[in-house]
Amino acid sequence: MSSLFAFTLLGLFTGAAYAIVASGMVLTYTTTRVFNIAHGAFGMVLAFTFWDFTERQGMPALVGLLLVLLVVAPAIGWFTQRFVARGLGEGPVSVSLVVTVGLLVGLIGVAQQVWPPAPRVVLPFKPESGFEIGDTYVTAHQLITIACSIAVAGLLYALLNHTRIGTAMRASVDNPELLKLFGGRPDTVAALSWAIGISLAALGGILLTPTVGLDYYALTLLVINAYAAAMLGRLKSLPLTFAGAMGLGIAESYAVAYLPTDGFWSTIRPVIPALFLFAVMIALPQAQLRIGQVKGIVTAPVPSFRNAVGWGGGLLAVAAVLVAGASTADALLMGTAATYAIVMLSMVLLTGYGGHVSLAQFTFAGVGALAYAKLDEPNLWGLAMSAVIAGLVGALVAIPVLRLTGLYLALSTLAFAVLMDKMIFQQDWAYKFNGTLQTERLSVAGVSLGTDAVYVWVMVLVFVLVGLGVLALRRGTLGRLLIAMRDSPSACGTLGLDLRWFRVGLFGLSASIAGLAGALFAGLRGSVGAADFLYFQSLLMLLLAVVFGVTSVTGALLGGIALMLMPVWQSDHPSLAGVLFVLVGFGAVALGRDPNGLANLLFKVGRLVRDRFEPQLRERLDGLLPQGGSVDLAAAGAAEVPLRTMGDVSDDAAIEGSVR
Amino acid sequence: MTVPILEVIDLHAAYGRIEVLRGVDLAVPKGAVMALLGPNGAGKSTLVKVISGQKAATSGDIHLAGVHVKGAKPDDLARVGLCTIPEGRSVFPNLTVEENLRLMSYAGVPAPAVLDTAFSYFPRLHERRRQLAGTLSGGEQQMLAMSRALASDPALLLLDELSMGLAPLIVDELYDTVARIAESGVSILCIEQFARTALRVSDYAAVMSNGRIVASGEPGEILATMADVILGGAA
Repeated sequence: MSSLFAFTLLGLFTGAAYAIVASGMVLTYTTTRVFNIAHGAFGMVLAFTFWDFTERQGMPALVGLLLVLLVVAPAIGWFTQRFVARGLGEGPVSVSLVVTVGLLVGLIGVAQQVWPPAPRVVLPFKPESGFEIGDTYVTAHQLITIACSIAVAGLLYALLNHTRIGTAMRASVDNPELLKLFGGRPDTVAALSWAIGISLAALGGILLTPTVGLDYYALTLLVINAYAAAMLGRLKSLPLTFAGAMGLGIAESYAVAYLPTDGFWSTIRPVIPALFLFAVMIALPQAQLRIGQVKGIVTAPVPSFRNAVGWGGGLLAVAAVLVAGASTADALLMGTAATYAIVMLSMVLLTGYGGHVSLAQFTFAGVGALAYAKLDEPNLWGLAMSAVIAGLVGALVAIPVLRLTGLYLALSTLAFAVLMDKMIFQQDWAYKFNGTLQTERLSVAGVSLGTDAVYVWVMVLVFVLVGLGVLALRRGTLGRLLIAMRDSPSACGTLGLDLRWFRVGLFGLSASIAGLAGALFAGLRGSVGAADFLYFQSLLMLLLAVVFGVTSVTGALLGGIALMLMPVWQSDHPSLAGVLFVLVGFGAVALGRDPNGLANLLFKVGRLVRDRFEPQLRERLDGLLPQGGSVDLAAAGAAEVPLRTMGDVSDDAAIEGSVR
Repeated sequence: MTVPILEVIDLHAAYGRIEVLRGVDLAVPKGAVMALLGPNGAGKSTLVKVISGQKAATSGDIHLAGVHVKGAKPDDLARVGLCTIPEGRSVFPNLTVEENLRLMSYAGVPAPAVLDTAFSYFPRLHERRRQLAGTLSGGEQQMLAMSRALASDPALLLLDELSMGLAPLIVDELYDTVARIAESGVSILCIEQFARTALRVSDYAAVMSNGRIVASGEPGEILATMADVILGGAA
């Protein structure tokens, strides 16, 4: 009995810290409609700052804490609102997700650059003192944490309900334009809520650091805990968020206490937030469609089928030349780039056309690779099955979110990626902890694609085929549905389209493309392990896809090549490893508002050049060509004429028929 | 002649390439109620948006009590005494009546005074002060919106389509309130499609069509000529 009490108390302590983090996140989300995925990352950077102030520069703990919470964190929050988050809330959800993922990656880069990996310790507050309650020992740090969370809850309640600026915070969610007419300042209000939000992230991060350690990733992932807690209040209600956080903390604590310490059950502990999240999500009621919103974006032009085939053929020819002359290492790199590019094609479908963001695309590639290795059928059948399995897993992720909106889908994919990364991939029947699986090269119709060169070329071929497939889909009925769904779900609803299963199908299809890429990657490498499919890779992939253009196949290709080059560049300049993350992260922050990315700029330049030079070129060609050319064209045109009239005749007949 | 409270000179504004205001000239004398009438798409609401600072003008000038205010931000204008009640229900649906009223104190009058004025004019709001504004009836929401005009003691009041979506009886009641506000010396520019209701309380009237003011004068003259102006293609 006393152990139950002790573990409940421990759970309340972690729960209190989660509640602090989560309430900050809910505050920024409800007042600015920007879901800050980098919330945990801000907490992480500020926990490092706190370490820097107190341990490295030797300030007293209280001074350091106050400096971080009241000066540094609010300043960062104000800055972020001013220069990053302003106006994001009105845009499509996918844009704000991408921008905050960019912040997350950028902040990890900053932390790695400023505080290179080294063992660091943050001591709990008042480490020596504690109290006995019954026969349970409570540390002062735990009491402080719980007291802080109660204070935060009280202050937030008073702020939001009993002050004018707090009321204005809630008003600015409803209608910032009207608030301006009242004389309020939505920007000031938003800056205040960001400042408070980041400050709370810092407080939660600092309080949790003695337990989770000063780690780049563990603290960053706090956002999942916070999100899981906030889900109970549908990302809106602060009291329910506190309840959720406490429940989550206690669940974690009991898991440590009562689950067996070895085998399958021991792996559950780190993924409890993710499991908690899925459980809450299934219980949530249907989300309402928001009306009166058209959030369309102008996308990159869709090329004609002939153009696409032409460029695809060109790419294949270039790839053939490159592969033929490449060393084994270079060929492997090219294969890796092709893998990434195919996964990015799945994002073109899902994010570029569908407007949904997935933070687990590379995890699906991992599922595909796992299926390919386990099926042990290195032929087209095995490849297809791997893709199908990944697709089914993708659909499985999307089903709980069926009734909710795109934001929830994106966030649950992050939880899913962590779940796979920390639990499923580590199982004995999967990749095993730190283990790898042997795979064989693909063989087509009994012919093994043994040599690297041929295999890599086939991967490029797959890229081209999938790319053509994605473009064909975009041009057809499905493509129109996708665009309609992205631009206005409520308009689709009034037309009687059931978007829920369509969304699951889309997500599954995109996951299966990623799975296909993973299976090919497994064949390329010969051995794959869980370390190849870290969840963080999916985030980088999303960012590069958006930077290079997530609405075009060209963007996917360029993004794939860039993602392949990243580790190469990183190993060339190990001291600047963090800078690269900073570049990618903040690059995405800068370019995230235009998902057409660099590829679209390229198209624009191409069109400009063509408009400029084509007339001259035509003139010269006409001068060089004999007259026969145009005669041929005319003949071709003439051949089409009878077909057209036939079509007209049959149309007329149909009309007459209907009249009768 | 004294300086008019609102003077608009050759104002142009556009949505993208489509020009909506094509040289609007308008003056509202101090203490007067002016009705601005006109068909759909004439640019009335756009004019309100430009005057209140929500939308940038492409050219032209706006003077409020003789001060040049083109390009001023809406929150600044609201704080110096321009009260704009935009089209539709201009309340915050997810805040209670009392919280809505408390936000009105941004315009410069302290919150207790705002509550006092609002509740004495509209006792119904007092009964419902803890209710979410979104759950009030349309007429009650419009009362709440009008409370801002009553309580914040503005120099100029811009009313956009007060009658939208309301029963004629309630519209009449609301215009009684407008008349009462006018008696306290507030200048009002009141935009309306229902000419008769608005002309009943106004001192002057102007008709807008195709982005220009096409007629202006006493309410009686305007009422007589309005059918010609709007339907007869005076634009």
